[in-house]
Amino acid sequence: MGGSSPCASCKLLRRRCAKDCIFAPYFPPDDPHKFAIVHKVFGASNVSKMLQELPVQQRADAVGSLVYEANARMRDPVYGCVGAISYLQNQVSQLQMQLAVAQAEILCIQMQQQEPATLPTQLDVPDEKSLLLSTSTFNNLQPYLSFASSSTVMQDPLKRESLWT
Amino acid sequence: MNSTRCAACKYLRRRCSPDCIFSPYFPPNNPQRFLEVHRIYGASNVAKMLEKAPVNQRAEAANSIHYEAHCRIKDPVYGCAGIITLLNQQINDAQCELAKIQAEIAALNGHHADILPPYQQITDASSFANYPVEGDGAFPATHDPSFPQFYLNSW
Repeated sequence: MGGSSPCASCKLLRRRCAKDCIFAPYFPPDDPHKFAIVHKVFGASNVSKMLQELPVQQRADAVGSLVYEANARMRDPVYGCVGAISYLQNQVSQLQMQLAVAQAEILCIQMQQQEPATLPTQLDVPDEKSLLLSTSTFNNLQPYLSFASSSTVMQDPLKRESLWT
Repeated sequence: MNSTRCAACKYLRRRCSPDCIFSPYFPPNNPQRFLEVHRIYGASNVAKMLEKAPVNQRAEAANSIHYEAHCRIKDPVYGCAGIITLLNQQINDAQCELAKIQAEIAALNGHHADILPPYQQITDASSFANYPVEGDGAFPATHDPSFPQFYLNSW
């Protein structure tokens, strides 16, 4: 008999760790905190159900994301991960504005250098890649993100009205 | 007995007391909202999370809990964390593009001596590019090359 150590989940739940324990591959006994935090936020039975519904090859990633979200929720009981999303959304918006300003600046410089005496009659079309950054990729996300509004979930003083109310 | 039970108490088939912790945030006209949080977290965990939040911030807490539950139902593997990875990637792409354009502007203005190589500019400005992951950091947010591709393909 090998006498192998029970996984972190079974240790915490004080039960026998079966050979086919669904938690064992992802919650080794040397890291009890990992399961403790996931159990605290989601609950062991909910985690078990979620893992059972996934193909085996995706379970490691799922556990990773659950641990991440649980840690975020413990760190910020009000906003959890959503605080990070709001913060990053604002960063993306700011960068898009900076990009637009920089692109406009390049256009101005190019026009001045080509024909400094002539007033422009038609602006050149901006670079396709930068359009892509500001339209399709982000807009694919927009309907989904607007579900939770954009900025009341921030931790720093930048607060706008909530779209959730 | 409260004739209009909140969505939580309706679902849990119990009496909705006047001080029910769920009722301000899970109105009976939106049963789906409680259904989703219950599916991911369970009623008792949701109650604990709401109790942990200050009273004046419980509405925001309920909204963020629902948002995360909704994300997890839509994407059972990555949930909200997948959105964070996507946003980090967008930020990295935008930073690269901005650095490139700024280098072009500098070149057009003839300030060659002041131009930094684009890579160096990015590393200097990348303080928020990878939103900190606490805990064991095992989640392969931006390090696993297959991860963001898989997520993007699923979008």
